[in-house]
Amino acid sequence: MKNLKVLVVILMLVMLVSIFVGVGQAEEKIKVAFIYVGPHNDGGWSQAHDEGRIYLEEKLPYVETAYSETVPEGAPCEKVIRDYCNQGYKVIFTTSFGFMDPTFNAAKDYPDVIFEHCSGYKTLDNLGNYFGRIYQADYLSGLVAGMMTKSNYIGFVAPFPIPEVVREIDSFAIGMREVNPDAEVHVIWLNSWLDPVQEANAAQTFLANGADIIASGMDTPASLQVAEKAGKYGIGYDKDMAAAAPKACLTSRIWHWGLYYVQVLEAVHNGTWKAGSYWKGMETGLVELAPYGPMVPQDVRDYVDKRKQEIIEGKFECFTGPLYDQDGKLAVKEGEEIPDADKLSLQWFVEGVIGTIPK
Amino acid sequence: MRPDAYAITIILLAATVESGTILLFPIIGEILTERSGILNLGIEGMMIIGALVGFATAFITGQIYWAFFMGMLAGGLASLIHAFISITLRGNQVVSGLALSIFGLGVTNFYGQEFVNLQLAHTVPQVIIPGLSQIPFFGSILFKQDYMVYLSYILVIITWFILFKTKTGIQLRAVGQNAQAADAMGVNVYKVRYFWTFFGGLMAGAGGAYLTLNCAPFWLDGITAGRGWVAIALVIFARWNPPYALIGAYLFGAINALQFQLQSMGTTIPSALLSMQPYFLTFILIIVATLLVKAKHIGVPKELGIPYAREEK
Repeated sequence: MKNLKVLVVILMLVMLVSIFVGVGQAEEKIKVAFIYVGPHNDGGWSQAHDEGRIYLEEKLPYVETAYSETVPEGAPCEKVIRDYCNQGYKVIFTTSFGFMDPTFNAAKDYPDVIFEHCSGYKTLDNLGNYFGRIYQADYLSGLVAGMMTKSNYIGFVAPFPIPEVVREIDSFAIGMREVNPDAEVHVIWLNSWLDPVQEANAAQTFLANGADIIASGMDTPASLQVAEKAGKYGIGYDKDMAAAAPKACLTSRIWHWGLYYVQVLEAVHNGTWKAGSYWKGMETGLVELAPYGPMVPQDVRDYVDKRKQEIIEGKFECFTGPLYDQDGKLAVKEGEEIPDADKLSLQWFVEGVIGTIPK
Repeated sequence: MRPDAYAITIILLAATVESGTILLFPIIGEILTERSGILNLGIEGMMIIGALVGFATAFITGQIYWAFFMGMLAGGLASLIHAFISITLRGNQVVSGLALSIFGLGVTNFYGQEFVNLQLAHTVPQVIIPGLSQIPFFGSILFKQDYMVYLSYILVIITWFILFKTKTGIQLRAVGQNAQAADAMGVNVYKVRYFWTFFGGLMAGAGGAYLTLNCAPFWLDGITAGRGWVAIALVIFARWNPPYALIGAYLFGAINALQFQLQSMGTTIPSALLSMQPYFLTFILIIVATLLVKAKHIGVPKELGIPYAREEK
């Protein structure tokens, strides 16, 4: 009986270890670790980072990478980070908002290791943070949705009510309202990054209410597939989701993390790396709009491409007044732009968004 | 131009039945397993194994119903691990069940790699039942579903009947209430427990397979997202009685749907209520159910989780 219990405990440990796999070895290379909140091939957020990791390995021969996937936010993440530090990893990328505090805590204890946290705001001498202005792509996809909706009811399946996501919804609504003042974007919060059944349920709720376009802020294509099944449209996120829903996917807002990872590792290699807050947009290629689906008409493409060019050239910023809040009150005066610091802590919806931000 | 409230309600409740079915299968299974005195906390693991096997079979053969059966069978086979440890070896059922859950997540993570990002060519077809589907309101919600949903209705009735109206059911409950007495009466305790643990596994596998065949027709690591744990909680809510399982599963789904509907309308719900996710509600329901169980002494099998050893008589 005792033996059996020991066996079971060993089995459990083996399973736990097998969840956090992917460690490689070699010498004289810079060892870089990536920590993902979802599976490395989730078809969304974590996969976008993993493609960045692979790109990094291909570009820089002096880099060697490892990753841990499906790491829970909070204390378990800190354990994973510390394990990498103890194994001699020199650069660690943590790629989810909820990894911020664990990364911060570990960074204090390992001053010789370089940390880069994605989508947060805390920094140290050895901890930088990075993110991209995905809201530019959100704005462009809002233009597409605004021009293509017939029912003027668009659903947005949203993960957590944090500034990063509020910013996405707001910029989407700004684009949508620019071309279609009657359209509304409705929001459902799932309080999760990844739960396909709930994503599908939320999408069904929108469709039942008359939505003809579902925008996803989630890490899987589940809501787009519901739209596809119902003969409606969807807008993907993280990666080009056209493969998962070819008849539904109008476009996707996508990431090219590899460009940034190469930049960081080159700086580390040259000894010029400094902790900072990196927040760049479409001009760098970090953020992009995926190719349009075949159902998007030429006049829509022309309009959106023109705006895209203006964004890349720095001539257009969607968070420029006049902007109204949900009650129709003027929130940003004409010609004024919301400063970056306020964008990063954005916690209010613009006009055209139907939904509430839980306090 | 937009659908009216009645139409919205029907569509949403029909969708609720669909997502409730994912939970209903495992709840029914676990009710019978626990009635026989075996606590199986491995539902999450068996569900996800069923989900992967179901998806993989459907992807390879293109046969939806065959895939559903294989997913079910895979869940059943996985449950035999738990049965062996807790019945034959008389190990700790809590530890074994938890290990099974972790095992399920690990093994599907490993074998699921090659199925990631693939699409099913066919999904489960809708089957409208003539006559019954004409019933106002309920007809459109309950009888414009698919064969798996209808199977779950039938299972609720059959398992209730077996449990309370047949000799098999009396033996099953006797084993869970007092294994030694049941043994003295000539009931083969081990056989009964093995069979119903296996049945619980079949049902968990069915729930998982239904998830990947119908509700989210693709494969992703951890796709069950904790539904197995909700199912275990709802067994307590159901007070080990299959018809209540149906209520529990649909209520859970309906509250979720209502919450979504209110959000999509932009209703300013008090923040406390908005943050009250269905999971939290499950917690409340369990407390209520537990109080009821305590007050009336019904449902809970007395020897739940206690291994039976014949030679120690």
